[in-house]
Amino acid sequence: MTFIGILQIVLYIVVLVALTKPLGAHMARVYQGEKTFLDPLLRPVERFLYRLFGTRETDEMDWKTYAMAVLMFSAAGLVFLYTLQRAQGFLPLNPQAFGAVTPDSSFNTASSFVTNTNWQGYAGETTMSYLTQMLGMTVQNFVSAATGMAVLVAFIRGLTRHNSKLLGNFWVDLTRSTLYILLPLAILVSLLIISQGAVQSLASSTTATLVEPTIDSNGATVTTQTIAVGPAASQVAIKHLGTNGGGFFNANAAHPFESPTPLTDFVLILAESVIAAALCYTFGKMVGDTRQGWAILAAMVVLLVTFMFVAYWAEAKGNPAFAPFGVDQTASDVNPGGNMEGKEVRFGIARSALFATATTATSTGAVNSMHDSYMPMGGFVPLFMMQLGEVVLGGVGSGLYGMLVFVIVAVFIAGLMVGRTPEYLGKKIEPFEMKMAALLILIMPLTVLGMTAFAVVHPEGLKSISNPGAHGFSQVLYAFTSQGNNNGSAFAGLGANTLFYNTLGGLAMLISRFWLAVPTLALAGSLARKKHVPASAGTLPTYSPLFIGWLIAVVLIVGALNFLPGLALGPVVEQVMMK
Amino acid sequence: MKTRNEKRMMYQRALTDSILKLDPRRLARNPVMFVVEVGSVLTTLLLAQALFGEGQENPAFIGAIALWLWFTVLFANFSDALAEGRGKAQADSLRNARKDTQAKKLREAKYGTPFTLTPSSALRQGDLYLVEAGDLLAADGEAVQGVASVNESAVTGESAPVIREAGGDRSAVTGGTLILSDWLIVRVTANPGEGFLERMIAMVEGAKRQKTPNEIALNILLAAFTIIFLVVCITLLPFSLYSVNSSGLGTPVTITVLVALLVCLIPTTIGGLLPAIGIAGMDRLIRRNVIALSGRAVEAAGDVDVLLLDKTGTITLGNRQAVEFIPVGKANERELAQAAQLSSLADETPEGRSIVVLAKEKYNLRGRDGGAEGMTFIEFTAQTRMSGVNFNGTEIRKGAPDTMLEYIGTNGRAVPADLHKAVEQIAKHGGTPLVVTENGDALGVIHLKDIVKGGIKERFGHLRKMGIKTVMITGDNPLTAAAIAAEAGVDDFLAQATPEAKLKLIRNYQTGGRLVAMTGDGTNDAPALAQADVAVAMNTGTQPAREAANMIDLDSNPTKLIEIVEIGKQLLMTRGSLTTFSIANDVAKYFAIIPAAFATTYPALQALNLLGLATPASAIMSAVIFNALVIVALIPLALRGVPYRAVGAAQLLRDNLLLYGVGGLIAPFIGIKLIDLILVTLRLT
Repeated sequence: MTFIGILQIVLYIVVLVALTKPLGAHMARVYQGEKTFLDPLLRPVERFLYRLFGTRETDEMDWKTYAMAVLMFSAAGLVFLYTLQRAQGFLPLNPQAFGAVTPDSSFNTASSFVTNTNWQGYAGETTMSYLTQMLGMTVQNFVSAATGMAVLVAFIRGLTRHNSKLLGNFWVDLTRSTLYILLPLAILVSLLIISQGAVQSLASSTTATLVEPTIDSNGATVTTQTIAVGPAASQVAIKHLGTNGGGFFNANAAHPFESPTPLTDFVLILAESVIAAALCYTFGKMVGDTRQGWAILAAMVVLLVTFMFVAYWAEAKGNPAFAPFGVDQTASDVNPGGNMEGKEVRFGIARSALFATATTATSTGAVNSMHDSYMPMGGFVPLFMMQLGEVVLGGVGSGLYGMLVFVIVAVFIAGLMVGRTPEYLGKKIEPFEMKMAALLILIMPLTVLGMTAFAVVHPEGLKSISNPGAHGFSQVLYAFTSQGNNNGSAFAGLGANTLFYNTLGGLAMLISRFWLAVPTLALAGSLARKKHVPASAGTLPTYSPLFIGWLIAVVLIVGALNFLPGLALGPVVEQVMMK
Repeated sequence: MKTRNEKRMMYQRALTDSILKLDPRRLARNPVMFVVEVGSVLTTLLLAQALFGEGQENPAFIGAIALWLWFTVLFANFSDALAEGRGKAQADSLRNARKDTQAKKLREAKYGTPFTLTPSSALRQGDLYLVEAGDLLAADGEAVQGVASVNESAVTGESAPVIREAGGDRSAVTGGTLILSDWLIVRVTANPGEGFLERMIAMVEGAKRQKTPNEIALNILLAAFTIIFLVVCITLLPFSLYSVNSSGLGTPVTITVLVALLVCLIPTTIGGLLPAIGIAGMDRLIRRNVIALSGRAVEAAGDVDVLLLDKTGTITLGNRQAVEFIPVGKANERELAQAAQLSSLADETPEGRSIVVLAKEKYNLRGRDGGAEGMTFIEFTAQTRMSGVNFNGTEIRKGAPDTMLEYIGTNGRAVPADLHKAVEQIAKHGGTPLVVTENGDALGVIHLKDIVKGGIKERFGHLRKMGIKTVMITGDNPLTAAAIAAEAGVDDFLAQATPEAKLKLIRNYQTGGRLVAMTGDGTNDAPALAQADVAVAMNTGTQPAREAANMIDLDSNPTKLIEIVEIGKQLLMTRGSLTTFSIANDVAKYFAIIPAAFATTYPALQALNLLGLATPASAIMSAVIFNALVIVALIPLALRGVPYRAVGAAQLLRDNLLLYGVGGLIAPFIGIKLIDLILVTLRLT
């Protein structure tokens, strides 16, 4: 580990925390229907949209109506995106004349983008037309993120309201999230990365003649190179801001046309975590006690920083297997040191470890290096960050509502320990809340472990594994962990674009997104109906350092208990076998 | 003290019960232990397979695992049975009181009219019956005529007789208690089988015990953990198959090991002890002579935010005491004290006695010092409304200010200017003034004061730290009430309290989301008792009050409400602490079992064998044995409850997390290592 490497991680955390309050306060104003500085520009657009779709802003929904709206909207998106991919051959803006995407891949991709996962079984530049990318992927990047934010806001309303059935209006929350938060930020980030050299074009790919011919894997001489371009920058900005992660190009954020410079790399890491972090402040603001929001953010940041350093340490240490060959793995002015396999020389080790941890801690799943090539413990970090349930920042909206479920479990046990029926923010945690919370922590490990177990004994599942042994197991576990947590990053080694993985993965993504969103809203509905219990000296303080520590312990222990055996047979055994 | 023999009986009964409780229909109510039982059956079948056919493992190993899994279930059942056993012993003694007796049924409520002998089981609500000295009361009811002394030890355990009389607040009688003297005519208020005694028996036996909301919520969480671990263990089989195939080493993990891992991981400690914790909570109340009529009320007691306490008897001693002599006019304090003492010599009321005592303490006056023989004491009567003494032509009188002013007036004497001031001053401080005169001349005023019970202020301070607000209820005027409230350190008071005002106060607190507890004994308390979340009726109270309450205090001690709150909190804390302990234990168990389970496939995983356990078999055995023994080790804690201290929530959490969270992480590492060492020493591996 180098000083400059550590400094980059520290800088990232400082800037992230500094941005939390201004952005969080803005979002609180947006969701509470207050005036913002964007109103003169956007309010007419917003009004026009409501008139167009016949939405009455003041009509609020109970949890069932709200959940139904989420499901219907997402189902419509799913059908539209599937159809678009199947029909892209007949549609305009297809300069490379790509044909229809296969049914299973279309299903997987549609599920992937609607669920804010952005798992990509395909290579963008050789599969999708510009129309599909813009009208399909980019649009879903916005609205799937906005859907997550809307569900979170409904959940917060459940905590703040009492003796009420209503959680707000999904269409309003969706519209305001997109217009006032995602769109302005996306424009800002797009312009920033275009200024650094990211590509934004509707022109077809160009062909260049190689200066020095090369030989491909079949032994044939290659003299030309196809350089793919397209409307990339606009999609890249939102793929990070909305914690989507689906790259325009197959190489994702490692591709120089997506992220040309270290500055853009830094901006993109920041973009994927800033909304999730700021939403904690928004939450505190909306519940009338910002300490509650800072406490949750503190728990997230502690976990994030700890694992960033684990990943950085593992990668910087290099590969002990190289030591006998006399390979110099120490960092110097001319040598990055450590494990550089699968990493971009533009970004180096610290930056890659930072990116890998952030992209999996948030549910982004974009990559600037190949996680498959990480050292076992380096690969363990992204895997484990996802297995915690995408609650360390997590997806925009979904990360915080996932974390709030852990808070409820933590409050339940800690509340008992201080001798009161547990309560959070004045709401008593009773059997129904526990039922929903239990469901919410059950579904993810059930899906991930169940599907992994099926894949590692099924011949179709085994066929796609590129490395045998423990690493092959890690590949499969990673694939289902990523999809079952709506992350979308890949442990590249697995050949996942098969009927088997596309179908199973598509199901995993749908289950983990919607089977979680519905109980979350049911929980919100039940909390909103309760009366408010005023706090007293006997009430458990949920913002003290002690509680933050307890919350971290609950998140870690639940994550560890679920996945420790699986991890032991994957990265852990790889690590111990290396010695 | 229980005799040794009784204790042995109790343990024997608990042992038998723990075997009876193996019935899967009964265990199914407890998902965690049900899974353990299924695991026990499964390993027993695997043992049979290993003995009579092809087993996956050494039969001795499977047999040992199966045995310890059965022990795990039995230990959990034993804790449950032991907790119930204590209640059962109490129920038996109660049941002895509930004999079928012959009641003297009357046609009309008139003493001396003929009666017909009717079995008590035939008495119905509204019937009248006569009880005389030596009779057992046949059914619960209300005395409509007569006064009698009653031995209620069958219910309360207190053998001193109590007075029961028609009308007023002492009219409720309980079936099964014994009339010692005189007679009563009783109107039956409960049909056979629905009486107070029956309800008590049902409660202490736990027959009617229903899971409380918090217990249900915790059970859901435990069930969720159980399901997760079930999936973790089931999926481990395919994971292991893949690993064996790809590494080409070893054999897949066996069902026996998976069952052992599962039982170690699921929260058996809390799952096994959870029913016992609930029953023990009720039992702790019973031992403090409080009968909870619902488990929900015990739990709610831990959540109480507001305590309504009657002033008299709870905050102050029942009687006022003299604290000061204030002379007026030309009289000096010593003269006043002497006169006051003389006038009170024959006064046997606590107030009167306190005047004598104060005079003696302050001026060392002995009762007879100032007076000669031949004193005539004038008793207090409703007509004169004053009392006093006549001797040697001296006439000393004392009484309430208005009466005495009139008396001074009729004697044609002047009222000293400072008398009014003294009277007012005392009233302002919450006291009661008594004016003393000698031959019609005002000597001064005695200050009678409500005496706040010793240590009560500290107790209220503790309650405040617990986040509980105390409200004093009194019939006094607001001025007096405020003074006493300030002295006792209560947070608030309700003066000139009427039943309506009390009810309204409770409703107001509840609308604000607070939980209210109160005690009461009179019929006029009944509506407020019914409204309060935790309502404790005094056993000496009236039948309506006892009906409206959800707890009965057999000692009729209103201060006990504070203990009840602490028991409620203890109950919840014990659940929380053991849950934390149980889950924290899993970390160590993983480190023991995972390397052992995959020892043949990935020998490198031995790096995780942090404890250096001897062999894979001994590692798994040690974890399973630890898991079973820890239940036994924690039975006393479950029955006794985690101690509650009145400190803030933050400190309680810190202490309990340290003890049960960090302790729960460390304890199994030590325990499993020790068991492993013992197994190695005994050559059982």
